[in-house]
Amino acid sequence: MSAKDEILGRIRSALADAPVAQEVPREYRKTSDMGEAELIDLLVDRLVDYKAGVDVIDAAQIPEYVAAKLAGASSVVYPHGLDTGWLSGLGEKVEQRIDAPGARLSIAELDETSAVVTSSAVSVAESGTIILDGEPNQGRRAISLVPDHHVCIVPISSIVRLLPEAMPRLAITRPQTWISGPSATSDIELERVEGVHGPRTLDVLMVRGL
Amino acid sequence: MTQVFLGMPAGGQGNLFETEPFPKAAHRELGNTQMRKNLRHATHTIRDKRLNVVGELPDWEELRDAGSAIKNLTMANLEERLEEFEKNFTARGGIVHWARDADEANKIVTELVKATGSKEVVKVKSMATQEIGLNEHLETEGIEAFETDLAELIVQLGNDKPSHILVPAIHKNRTEVRDIFLKEMPVVDPNLTDEPAKLAEAARKHLRKKFLSAKVAISGANFALADTGTLGVVESEGNGRMCLTLPETLITVMGIEKVLPHWEDIEVFMQLLPRSSTGERMNPYTSLWTGVSEDDGPQNVHIVLLDNGRTRALADRFGRTALNCIRCSACMNVCPVYERTGGHAYGSTYPGPIGAILSPLLTGIEVEENGSLPYASSLCGACYDACPVKINIPEILVHLRGEDVDANRDKHKLPTQMDLLMKGGSWALGKGKNLGLLEKALPLGRLMSGKEKKIKKLPGIAAGWTASRDIPAPPNKSFRDWWSDEKESK
Amino acid sequence: MWSDHLEYKVRAITTSLDYYEVRGIVWSDHTLKESFIMRIALFATCIVDAMYPETAKSTVKILERLGHEVIFPKAQACCGQMHMNSGYMPEALPVVENHINAFDTEDYDVAVAPSGSCVASVKHQHPFLAERLGKPELKERAVAVGKRTYELSQLLVDVLGITNAAEQLGSYFPQTITYHPSCHGMRSLKLGDRQLDLLKTVGGITVNELPEADQCCGFGGTFSIKNSDVSTAMLEDKMKNICSTGASACAGGDASCLMHIGGGLSRTGAKPRTLHLADILASTMEETVSL
Repeated sequence: MSAKDEILGRIRSALADAPVAQEVPREYRKTSDMGEAELIDLLVDRLVDYKAGVDVIDAAQIPEYVAAKLAGASSVVYPHGLDTGWLSGLGEKVEQRIDAPGARLSIAELDETSAVVTSSAVSVAESGTIILDGEPNQGRRAISLVPDHHVCIVPISSIVRLLPEAMPRLAITRPQTWISGPSATSDIELERVEGVHGPRTLDVLMVRGL
Repeated sequence: MTQVFLGMPAGGQGNLFETEPFPKAAHRELGNTQMRKNLRHATHTIRDKRLNVVGELPDWEELRDAGSAIKNLTMANLEERLEEFEKNFTARGGIVHWARDADEANKIVTELVKATGSKEVVKVKSMATQEIGLNEHLETEGIEAFETDLAELIVQLGNDKPSHILVPAIHKNRTEVRDIFLKEMPVVDPNLTDEPAKLAEAARKHLRKKFLSAKVAISGANFALADTGTLGVVESEGNGRMCLTLPETLITVMGIEKVLPHWEDIEVFMQLLPRSSTGERMNPYTSLWTGVSEDDGPQNVHIVLLDNGRTRALADRFGRTALNCIRCSACMNVCPVYERTGGHAYGSTYPGPIGAILSPLLTGIEVEENGSLPYASSLCGACYDACPVKINIPEILVHLRGEDVDANRDKHKLPTQMDLLMKGGSWALGKGKNLGLLEKALPLGRLMSGKEKKIKKLPGIAAGWTASRDIPAPPNKSFRDWWSDEKESK
Repeated sequence: MWSDHLEYKVRAITTSLDYYEVRGIVWSDHTLKESFIMRIALFATCIVDAMYPETAKSTVKILERLGHEVIFPKAQACCGQMHMNSGYMPEALPVVENHINAFDTEDYDVAVAPSGSCVASVKHQHPFLAERLGKPELKERAVAVGKRTYELSQLLVDVLGITNAAEQLGSYFPQTITYHPSCHGMRSLKLGDRQLDLLKTVGGITVNELPEADQCCGFGGTFSIKNSDVSTAMLEDKMKNICSTGASACAGGDASCLMHIGGGLSRTGAKPRTLHLADILASTMEETVSL
């Protein structure tokens, strides 16, 4: 008998008493009517608590702010679907590297890249969570992981208050990364400190009019 | 097609055993004052954090109700959910393996690693692989496993054993961690301080090359979604993302109870889990992957679905909800016993209140000293209050004590002192009349308590009480007799 | 039901309307009217009956002071918690059956016990034992008895509407005390601040807050014998916290926990003693309980 057949057989015999489970009560909050200003405040509060850098700006200010965030960087990687206009404020000192299908950067190249700029799919204000779901303006997972500095664009129109409100907006079967602040650990005395293997600097640009 | 299995399904193997009676292990651990200080500090820190972030949510109880019900419903239909998961994971290019027990899981993983030609693997913290002793097995097969979670790294470098399911090195303080790093890391700044941020940086440097060059990663999973075939790992440091994204081959080992029916269900568990475990509104990183994604992440993706005693636990109708556990560790963080003994006292990979029920449920109560685990609780109920999926741990502890007593009845020829006490107590307390009769002897007890009016030393098992506590002199007359004399005779 | 401590502030009205209908009166606000004389069955609990009879007498005094009739069903003995919590289920059965037989009568309105732990056992453990031993009829009767059984502060606050012990009960106790909320009352019965609020309104009393009050004292029945070392470690912290308050007594609602804490304080020679909530509430200007 295969292991699968045996395990499934064990499950059947374990449940021989035919337990009846109740319907799942879903009385928790599924929607919210929080206004935009409050949503912004809430998300800013959470991200600052996680020690992320946060700016609330207009779409026209993106190039200026991206350039300011990458002031010390020597190179930046961006996904092929990103609006390259966002990088138009970068000086010549910052080498721009595109990561595109058929022209992927190697892990070693990513490791030598100072920063990454991506957009994001949806953000949850209550928990301070930015979700990337692999759209072309966010790219594959490695590019937002290996460089030590992540500049992430969050369109204000993509902010929701509650996690259940974010779920329908996500592409389910593409790989997802939920990001709540820069990398951190609570492994020493259960106190949180920021900065381990993932990007140690997370700058979030929350953008009106995108 | 229905096959009926008679008798109890096989028990789990691996690191699930208490090897000495809990009171003996606890006695030793209680003497470790540094460990107790470290644990007290860490557990008290996390308790306050958890209460704050839980208190923020107006619908916390509703989330707990939903989480508990989703789990119960899943367990009641586990076979269908696993088949559904397998179908969807396979359809997206993943490969599913089934393992009856620890040995089988270890063999499957070893074969998969060998097939890649790699002699080393990077690992994301995983309770399942800890449970089956995968690292030790791989070592015997000539494959080196590198733990990448900071706490696991501390434990691995220090040749230690994990003592907590979320923070395996919780028993070590920052200075002890620094000393381990200085001694064991091949390349390390000799002036490393014990500042947690500096220690985290040292771990980053130590593991960076490994991450970037690893060909094979091994992970656990926090959940598997049946209707999409998606797997999820919840973490903080980014070591998980590194392992799940950069290598060519990813092997996940997951207990069969971790499956959830629907994609939407994670909206419940991703609110319950981070707040209950690290006391954060959300953990820094969560990764979700569905089979193989072209051009993104490992192209050779496996999952090993592990039984190892889970079906045995499922067969216990008063204990099966222990399988609902989402490994948040809130129960151990609030447990007054765990706080004082630490996790090593429980023997098994799973310590604390959940371990005290889960380990014997997975292995059987009669195996080794696991029968002593359900007694490792004052039944104060703090664990039940904290549990995000409302596992009634105190009730299951009591149930398992019943199993243990019954198992021992058949084993011992002669009744123990406790047996005799309980037999006598059953008679004395089984009738008002009998208790009344016994209470006639109260003046005798009063006499025995002497001038000080206290009893300071009792024989036999009762000496456990008088080791640190007096017993007051009994009254001359019970309430029952007073009532007869004062209330009824008038 | 056990639940998160955040819920404690919500005071459930647990009075059973069914019962009042039996008595031919329907109460709209669930709180007893002053003119209604209750027939209250005292469940003394075995430890109070045998070791702390004064606490049972105090309970009787308080209820009689409010004009209610107290009866003591003589068939009662014990809730069987010690047996169940030690794993001796078949041995617990006669004890549990005896309790259910003693209290499953029409002879009284509500039952009361000066113990959160024993009431929690009656309400939750009795049905569980009956279920576990496959006795559905016994379970039904256990549930019915459990519904009519109250812990003392529950009865006083929720049913009898006591909000001020000095004014309504004449309670007077000119001492500085602290208060330990026992686990089963706090978590299993969700007593919240009922006991503490009653104590705070006693005449002449000073109540100092106990640090880490919600931590178990380490009693846990036979846990204190089987795992004596861990139990003692928990007790030591509890005693340290009690002594830090400067109180001359630690009050509580469970004689068993108080015996544990009091036994430890006595052994170490520490000054504070332990005292049951009922004894403090029964204490008056005329008849003050001494320490």
